[in-house]
Amino acid sequence: MSWIIGFFRSAMGKKAVMAVTGVMLFGFVLTHMVGNLKLYFGPEKINAYAEGLREIGAPLLSHGDALLIARLGLIAAVVLHIWAATSLTLVNRRARAQGYARKSPQAATYASRTMRYGGLIILAFVVYHLMHFTWGNVHGDFVPGDVYHNVVSGFQNPLISGFYILAQLALGLHLYHGLWSFMQTLGLNGPRLNALRQPFAATFTAIVVIGNISLPLSVLAGFVTLHG
Amino acid sequence: MDLTLYVWRQAGPDAAGEMKRYEAQGMSPDMSFLEMLDVVNERLILEGEEPIVFEHDCREGICGACGMVINGVAHGPQRATTTCQLHMRQFNDGDTIYIEPWRSTAFPVLRDLMVDRSSFDRIIEAGGYVSVSTGSARDANEIPVPKADADSAMDAAACIGCGACVAACPNGAAQLFTSAKVAHLGLLPQGQPERLSRTRAMVAVMEDEAFGSCTNHRECEAVCPKQISVDYIARLNRDYLKAQLLDPNAK
Ligand code: HEM
Ligand code: FES
Repeated sequence: MSWIIGFFRSAMGKKAVMAVTGVMLFGFVLTHMVGNLKLYFGPEKINAYAEGLREIGAPLLSHGDALLIARLGLIAAVVLHIWAATSLTLVNRRARAQGYARKSPQAATYASRTMRYGGLIILAFVVYHLMHFTWGNVHGDFVPGDVYHNVVSGFQNPLISGFYILAQLALGLHLYHGLWSFMQTLGLNGPRLNALRQPFAATFTAIVVIGNISLPLSVLAGFVTLHG
Repeated sequence: MDLTLYVWRQAGPDAAGEMKRYEAQGMSPDMSFLEMLDVVNERLILEGEEPIVFEHDCREGICGACGMVINGVAHGPQRATTTCQLHMRQFNDGDTIYIEPWRSTAFPVLRDLMVDRSSFDRIIEAGGYVSVSTGSARDANEIPVPKADADSAMDAAACIGCGACVAACPNGAAQLFTSAKVAHLGLLPQGQPERLSRTRAMVAVMEDEAFGSCTNHRECEAVCPKQISVDYIARLNRDYLKAQLLDPNAK
């Protein structure tokens, strides 16, 4: 069993952990975005959806169980993802202790070079987002259980909407590199698949980012209002 | 051509180094980059100064000894070309050229532009060969090898171990080198019995040396004088995961 410890210690093992947890987080982000779109169907629909999430797995699981399991899984994924990213970043810093006087990137993209910073922005955003819409402690007008009200009244503030939009752009950059990079890391390649990896990343990045950004924009534009 | 050079000068492994300015006048566009440096060195010797130390051997792009970062690009501006095969016609009269050694903790600078690449040798020692006896020369095609595998093995075998991949990688990772060395035998029938154990052994040494970890920037592929593809890195990742998770021979 000591090989498991060895695997988590090795840089290539950590990279695989980062890829697997990254894909889990992507699965969450995509599902979350689709759920968010229920805002367009009015207060009853999105509030019932939020309540319905607590009933997933019934009758096997009782109220709130599935959500608890999902939350524990997400926390584990986030912790492992950030642990691997931090540990590998330190290895990489040491490996290039002395830099170049002149450096001219030939292939690296803006997205690939900003993974660490983008990751930190996403992390900061997630903490704020939970305090805003889940716990409500930074929301001036929070009504527990009324998701529709909380989101629409939150987004009516242009500063808050602006921050959400910026965070989505940071998430988009992270996904644009991460969604093909994970395939490379897990050895998912081949002449046919390789031609699809970057289009796949670009498409799903666009879906997540556009879907999420449309919400604050719709509220600001007055297209979605407090009265549904 | 008249050029201004900024060259990294460092007297020894523990000495502090600096970029020093040199004027290189009257160079011919038909000179190779190393010939240009030879002329600069002749002048430095005449002036009683220490010549610029750089490595070279074949000067025909096959040995992998030469290598320097030229204006921020490993082996300079021409794709698929070693420094010795780079010619001055790639530059313009009046250009300023920055010349630096490979920067990698795993490749300590010995002097000026010369680095110690024996960390690569240690990766090879760990598994850059197959230990099965392949017998005496066989009849051609006695062991069938699919054409695509034979081609891919040859492409991997083109690696000359120059270290440009490590020098160009923002993380100082050696994945492209190691993956090519794992693949060129791992793709062939004779490489199958030890395919996973070689992967494990070579990755273990690679990680023990001071190399970084790949984040898929693909800088290595862009500067590789032999155009080794990052596809080999995906293959290395796959074989490494197999070796760790699925290898029936693992203890
Ligand atoms: C919603 C949240 C997140 C998602 C969906 C996500 C997704 C991903 C994916 C799919 C990868 C690719 C793995 C690979 O290269 O093989 C990745 C890589 C990475 N992530 Fe995340 N991530 C998230 C949050 C974070 C956070 C909070 C951080 C850190 C502070 C972070 C830092 C990184 C780093 C440094 C990489 C490696 C970059 C590279 O390979 O170049 N991520 N992420
Ligand atoms: S000197 Fe042999 S490859 Fe350049």
